[in-house]
Amino acid sequence: MTRLITRRSVIAAGAAAGTLTTLPISMVRLAFGGTREDFSFTYISDSHIQQIKGASFVRNWDMGLKRAVAEANLITPEADFVMFGGDLAQLGKKEELDHGAEMLSHVKGKLHSVMGEHDYYLDLGEYWSKLYGPQWYSFDHKGVHFVVLNSILTTDEWTFHRWPTAEQRMLEMAGLDNPNGSPFMVGEKQRAWLKDDLDKVSKDTPLIVFSHSPLQKIYKGWNFWTDDAEQVQALLQPFKTVNVIYGHVHQIQYNQIGNISFNAVMATAWPWPYPDTYAQAGAHVPVLTVPMNRADPFFERDATGWQMIDVNSGRITARYQLWDNGERVVGYDPKLGKPVDKKYQEAIVRKAPQLHY
Amino acid sequence: MRCFTIALVLSAVLLSPATLADEFTRTDVDRWQGEFDSVAKKGRELWTSGAVGTNGVACAQCHPNAANTHPETYPKFQKQLGKVAQLFEMVNWCIRNPLQGAALPADDPKMTALVAYIHKERKGVPIDAGKH
Repeated sequence: MTRLITRRSVIAAGAAAGTLTTLPISMVRLAFGGTREDFSFTYISDSHIQQIKGASFVRNWDMGLKRAVAEANLITPEADFVMFGGDLAQLGKKEELDHGAEMLSHVKGKLHSVMGEHDYYLDLGEYWSKLYGPQWYSFDHKGVHFVVLNSILTTDEWTFHRWPTAEQRMLEMAGLDNPNGSPFMVGEKQRAWLKDDLDKVSKDTPLIVFSHSPLQKIYKGWNFWTDDAEQVQALLQPFKTVNVIYGHVHQIQYNQIGNISFNAVMATAWPWPYPDTYAQAGAHVPVLTVPMNRADPFFERDATGWQMIDVNSGRITARYQLWDNGERVVGYDPKLGKPVDKKYQEAIVRKAPQLHY
Repeated sequence: MRCFTIALVLSAVLLSPATLADEFTRTDVDRWQGEFDSVAKKGRELWTSGAVGTNGVACAQCHPNAANTHPETYPKFQKQLGKVAQLFEMVNWCIRNPLQGAALPADDPKMTALVAYIHKERKGVPIDAGKH
């Protein structure tokens, strides 16, 4: 089976977009009576561009991002904009950010970017901000209010007083299972900004929040976690339609907490195991989530990818392209009031993990 | 007389647990656990440092806490290798490919350390060899 980008795969992507609209389209018309203009955006996240030395970078991670950019550019109809979900670099180095930014510069259309911890903890976001601007901001697009947060901040003690060098601080935070890392948070200052920003928005306006960490508490041991998640959620709950899209976890996750729908996006670098597969500690993977099949390590792009996100219902429908596993579509079911796996929500039709081995 | 002596010795052995031939002491147990833990600790260092590869990629990047290594399922048929493989062969596959390094001999102390660490993180999971 060829894994090159072929005309056939482009046509297949187009056809899949067609089938995607067959399910939610009637509810879209019911919900908005044609008053809202349809649009979609692509989401690329967690490329972890890693420098070996000089102009030499880890090939595998480079190829993931290159493929995502190439495929995003082939989508028809063209997406309205591209989001990058954070962790462009592995160790926050200027060389890594530059190399990643060069690859991302090839995406068609406007690019928005989220701060990831791997981009931040070397120079506290200074170089990233030169490339991509403010670390938190909001914008409006076709009747939807978008908010971008920096959710990977932590205490001043950990950030400023704990480590002898910036390099060590970066390395300590970069290790997912490192107990010296610190839980992520949005922080008081940014929450005050968020409150202020949302005060100006009608509660009927669909809201989409982008963060790097989940804004919900899944597993602290690997920092699938945001320490002030409840406080951020409290600011979002009054809105009628709220979506949070996050990266960081390198896997499909979805959840519903009150009025907020959560969708994770995949990484272009490598997939992570689900926290509840770790034998030594308990985790709280959202009960709604149907885990992905275990990645085939012999196919380096398996369980990595990008997703096309459709928001024409005001809620997220994420179409995950899984190269060797069959695609997954996760969308909001208005009857159930939560996101469901369009194909996989029933246990009897669920594809059992690892069947393809 | 000789039989009687043997019987006496035997009964003494059976009656006195302190002199059982395969008895071991707390010191022995501590020593064996200590040896295992120190090798597993070395394995954790190799796991997180990228020292077994050449491109700076560490095992822990894809396998935090050695998750998704499932050592209890080896040996098993690995479709992609076309044979029943042992855990060290899969570790070597990862060293050669994502880590762009050179495969280690099965009895290399570094391989022993890596495998010890993997098993330590899966302690308590029942052996289920051959399962995927």
